[in-house]
Amino acid sequence: MTTKTSKEKTAKKFNLVEFAIESLIRTAGISAIVFVAFIFGFLIKEGAPAFARVPLANLFGARWYPIFEIYGTLPLILGSLVVTLGAMVISLPLALATAVFIGEIAPDWAREVLKPLIEVLAGIPSVVLGFLGMVAIAPLVREHLGAPTGLTAFTGSLMLAYMALPTIISVAEDAIDAVPKDYRDAALALGATHWQTIWRVVIPAARSGIIIAVMLGIGRAIGETMTVMMVTGNAARLPLGLDAYFKPVRTMTATIAAEMGEVAQGSTHYHVLFAAGIILFLMTFIVNAIASIVVIRGGPRRGGRLMG
Amino acid sequence: MSRQTTQKIAFALITFAAIVVVVPIVLVVVYIVAQGIGAISWEFISGFPRSGMREGGILPAVIGTVLLTFGTAIVAIPLGVGAAIYLAEYARDNWLTRAIRLAIINLAGIPSVVYGLFGLGMFVLFLEFGTSIIAGSLTLGLMTLPVVISTAEEAILAVPQSFRVVSISLGGTKWQTIREVVLPQALPGIITGVILGLERAAGETAPILFTVAAFYLPRLPRSMFDQTMALPYHLYVISTQVPGMPARIQYGTALVLLVLVLSMNVVATIIRSYFRRKRQW
Repeated sequence: MTTKTSKEKTAKKFNLVEFAIESLIRTAGISAIVFVAFIFGFLIKEGAPAFARVPLANLFGARWYPIFEIYGTLPLILGSLVVTLGAMVISLPLALATAVFIGEIAPDWAREVLKPLIEVLAGIPSVVLGFLGMVAIAPLVREHLGAPTGLTAFTGSLMLAYMALPTIISVAEDAIDAVPKDYRDAALALGATHWQTIWRVVIPAARSGIIIAVMLGIGRAIGETMTVMMVTGNAARLPLGLDAYFKPVRTMTATIAAEMGEVAQGSTHYHVLFAAGIILFLMTFIVNAIASIVVIRGGPRRGGRLMG
Repeated sequence: MSRQTTQKIAFALITFAAIVVVVPIVLVVVYIVAQGIGAISWEFISGFPRSGMREGGILPAVIGTVLLTFGTAIVAIPLGVGAAIYLAEYARDNWLTRAIRLAIINLAGIPSVVYGLFGLGMFVLFLEFGTSIIAGSLTLGLMTLPVVISTAEEAILAVPQSFRVVSISLGGTKWQTIREVVLPQALPGIITGVILGLERAAGETAPILFTVAAFYLPRLPRSMFDQTMALPYHLYVISTQVPGMPARIQYGTALVLLVLVLSMNVVATIIRSYFRRKRQW
């Protein structure tokens, strides 16, 4: 950031201190890379034996019965995808509309009310939402949608949709905010209505930021654990067809969280749960990689605003 | 349909969507407060659980969460602020910097339960800390790191360049400039970011499941190598694992957790708006 000549002007006795501190600070920066490597390394270390001990046909089979050494992760992977897809169908229209509302339409007072409330939503612990889902939402689903227990994929999707909202709204709103005012002025000057300006100019211009928002929302939903474990009923069966939304389902995150506490360390089941962790890591890695590519194309400055 | 009608319909739908987003948030908070307030008493906050957690208080869980939050801060603040200073003040535009940014984005995206697996593999088993406060704090600290880095970096970048130029031209070294000029100006923003990161850590359950949380431990932890109860896990346990649990205690625990976490949110908001008004640049 500072000029290069500052180095020459620096008094000599400070050089050692400067060097030591710069080294420390650089180490802190590089540690981020080291931690990602460690996380992946330890997942591989504990997860790889699963691929050696369990045949692939078993590992990616359609049935999950760990007691009988049947470790088919397919229902769990599909379970995660089904719940995430449902969450996005509910969440995306709501989040994008809210981002447009905050960025373009809302009067100041509404913005002042909305933004802190959405931050509150981001702060509510997932276990509190899970508890609420069990005691308040599941009974409603049971009574009005006829699902026997109310603990269904749909219940999970609904809860997850709200949990993904703050991420999607704040990133999408940043993107809408970043569209230069000139664009809007030009569209309005050409006689477009406010809505035409939003729909034809602002949203297309904010496209890459909106894609990032969607990707981060998907990543958030796939990785959510406690709420999903508490409200989806946790039945490990292949969720096929639309009516699967109104039956219990089990995700990878819930499986890991529920079973890791009960397995013997070093057992096949233990290693398979780590293998599920690897699959989960890779899924979120791909989703984030897509977002990262869009971020880097959009210039380095955006990266910092992403996770705020 | 005229353009004006289209606009009216579109704006009505968008406003409706915003209402659908906000109303449940208010309902959730009001519902938890209304249902939980009856359980709150001094005995509930300061007492130990009794009769298989069906009576008594939640003190060990509250203390555990406070200890874990401090532990998280000790891990996340030096590393996170250090990395932020590096990215904002030292890093050049090269492959290393890009790799660090990619790593941070990916750290932010890793699911909390995967952090739990990592903590189990590395801190609990490989480094042989056992299920302990130190293992849980390290796991939560790493999870909090990306939030702290990105908010602290933004706060540092927001300090006007002219401040640095003046300090350097007066003969300050780079580190002197950062320590005496940049960091004091960026401090409110950094504190806000740290509190928001800790808020998330305090409410997390999945990373502590296998690294620290005790199902039922009606005493206070004795050292950082001891297990502890924690509020989020305690709420999970009493709402799913204990049959015949009185709803009063469940709602009360949920309320205490919610108040603890949201009060951190409020503090962060107050610091942010106070210094934003006071700031002269």
